[in-house]
Amino acid sequence: MQETDPLAGPRAARPAQADDAGGSRFTATLEARGPARLPLEVENLTTTLFTRRGAMKAVDGLSLKVGAGETVALVGESGCGKSLSALSIMRLLPDPPARVVGGAVKLNGRDIVPVSEETMLDIRGREIGMIFQDPMSSLNPVATVEKQIAEVLTTHTDLGRGQARARAHELLELVGMPDAGRRLDAYPHQLSGGMCQRVVIAMAIACSPSVLIADEPTTALDVTVQAQVLALLKRLQADGGMAMLFITHDLGVVAETADRVVVMYAGRKVEEASVDALFETPLHPYTVGLIGATPVPGAERAERLADIPGMVPPLNTLPHGCAFAPRCKRAMPRCLSEKPELTEPAPGRLVACFATGRY
Amino acid sequence: MSLLSLSDVHVRFNTAAGVVQAVNGVSLDLAVGETLGLVGESGCGKSTLGKAIMRLVPVATGAIVVDGTDIAPLQGEALTAMRRKVQMIFQDPYGSLNPRSTVGRSVAQPMVIAGWAARETAERVDTLLSWVGLPADAKQRYPHEFSGGQRQRIGIARALALSPKLIICDEPVSALDVSVRAQVINLLEDLKSRFGVSYLFISHDLSVVEHIADRVAVMYLGTLVEVGGRDQIWRNPQHPYTKALLAAAPIANPKAARARQRTVLQGELPSPIDPPPGCPFHSRCPIAQERCKADRPVLRPVGSGAVAACHFV
Repeated sequence: MQETDPLAGPRAARPAQADDAGGSRFTATLEARGPARLPLEVENLTTTLFTRRGAMKAVDGLSLKVGAGETVALVGESGCGKSLSALSIMRLLPDPPARVVGGAVKLNGRDIVPVSEETMLDIRGREIGMIFQDPMSSLNPVATVEKQIAEVLTTHTDLGRGQARARAHELLELVGMPDAGRRLDAYPHQLSGGMCQRVVIAMAIACSPSVLIADEPTTALDVTVQAQVLALLKRLQADGGMAMLFITHDLGVVAETADRVVVMYAGRKVEEASVDALFETPLHPYTVGLIGATPVPGAERAERLADIPGMVPPLNTLPHGCAFAPRCKRAMPRCLSEKPELTEPAPGRLVACFATGRY
Repeated sequence: MSLLSLSDVHVRFNTAAGVVQAVNGVSLDLAVGETLGLVGESGCGKSTLGKAIMRLVPVATGAIVVDGTDIAPLQGEALTAMRRKVQMIFQDPYGSLNPRSTVGRSVAQPMVIAGWAARETAERVDTLLSWVGLPADAKQRYPHEFSGGQRQRIGIARALALSPKLIICDEPVSALDVSVRAQVINLLEDLKSRFGVSYLFISHDLSVVEHIADRVAVMYLGTLVEVGGRDQIWRNPQHPYTKALLAAAPIANPKAARARQRTVLQGELPSPIDPPPGCPFHSRCPIAQERCKADRPVLRPVGSGAVAACHFV
């Protein structure tokens, strides 16, 4: 059962974490709800950009599942569609030019693609939280920390003004804000980048959402602060059993945080695997290239990094066949004319490549 | 012999809030043909130090000896001549290229300033573009027509124009995607083995520095806390800040990442306007004692040619 269920694999591989109180409590709720009601289930999501130069598929048939207490990393370089995928899931796409044209986003079993914007306002912040890359621009510069956190609480719960302030204080302590009581009355410009990101995280988890989407949450932070924020997210997730979709370009961060990894290239999922399997035996040539291009501290010094020639193609000039073929060392004539579909070469692993699909 | 020798360099900025001690007494040597990595978090003064060596910011006190000449007091003609020996590449290759100037003109600028003849300049531009792997027709085009990685190649071509002995690389790959980053790092290494140029490689990305550097200097709040060989710093760091920095750096290997013991450093960098007395790191240091609050430690040998500034190593 665990062998064939991609969601069970990574959890099972870490008994120490799965056996703690939070984990088992959560598994119990999951079973009670039945396997069909995963916190987040994206099916065949397609997002198109309608521009003067024509319609371009920015996200092309993306499917992924995130279980309770699980962290799925969405990885790729800039322009591969990972942030647009997150915005599509949150229904925050800039429209025009971007619009979801197909597929479903199921939040605890309910498809939120067709729901009204009014309903989405209620869902965002309560059922699904989001953390963006730049904490400064996600906060209102002319409102105090307390006001911003309290707004989330008073919008989605019955808490009064005083209760909201008390809860905001609790939340700041929970996210490890130094001197939390005094920071309630601070404005964002009076806080460092790391502290702002803690405020954003406090707002995202204020209503205990079942799904948290983190889009490059630590990219703008220094390494020591990044380590603090990653540790915080892991702790909050373990306590609340949140499903986390973690978007990043940094394979180091992936290795530190993810249970499962989805690799995207030019809008499509090209590989999916548990984090251990992906780093041990990457199957898609693009994944192989990304891992080879990332230096690993402490490893024997390689003479050269294995770079990938060329760059991610712009969406309006995508090749007819496999989008990666022009940069691929293993490309065959077939790759230039035909798009490879996802195949399952081993249980819980998916790859879209003609050269490696046949195991 | 050292190509670059800094002794007790100070850089101060006067701001409305007070005097910022951006670089606070840095002494450092860089040998011919060496790549020296300079690492630290934002605000530690590493970029300011790089700019001070280029004389792009005023040096308050201290000596910066390049190839036998102290450049700190130089002015006018003598300063221009020195800048031929030391060049710089920047993090944002778009911000460092004139958007209204063709790539050919940008790359030719150093030769024009040095008074080269037009034909020689044109030949040199062609050579430089081919060295950094850009097509010959690139010189008629404008910066916006190129990707980030290609723009960084243009910046490198311009830095190489007058055959400098030292190139200061200020976060040269931080704005680039993973696969393109590897291309630029490989290019820098190729150029080094071809022309024997030395690099001062400033970066916050420890895994990149570990890959490219021969020696590493770790900076905190305007001062150096540890300097040592690449292997010594990674395998056997001495200063508690170096240890914390390495522990915080993500490792692109899930098993190694899970296996390691990590102590997450608490708190954030104090303000350089009013740096704490004593050891600059004592406010965040896990092993700080009373003494650290009053006595500022100096760099002293800690074995295998490395130096560290800590009372307890």
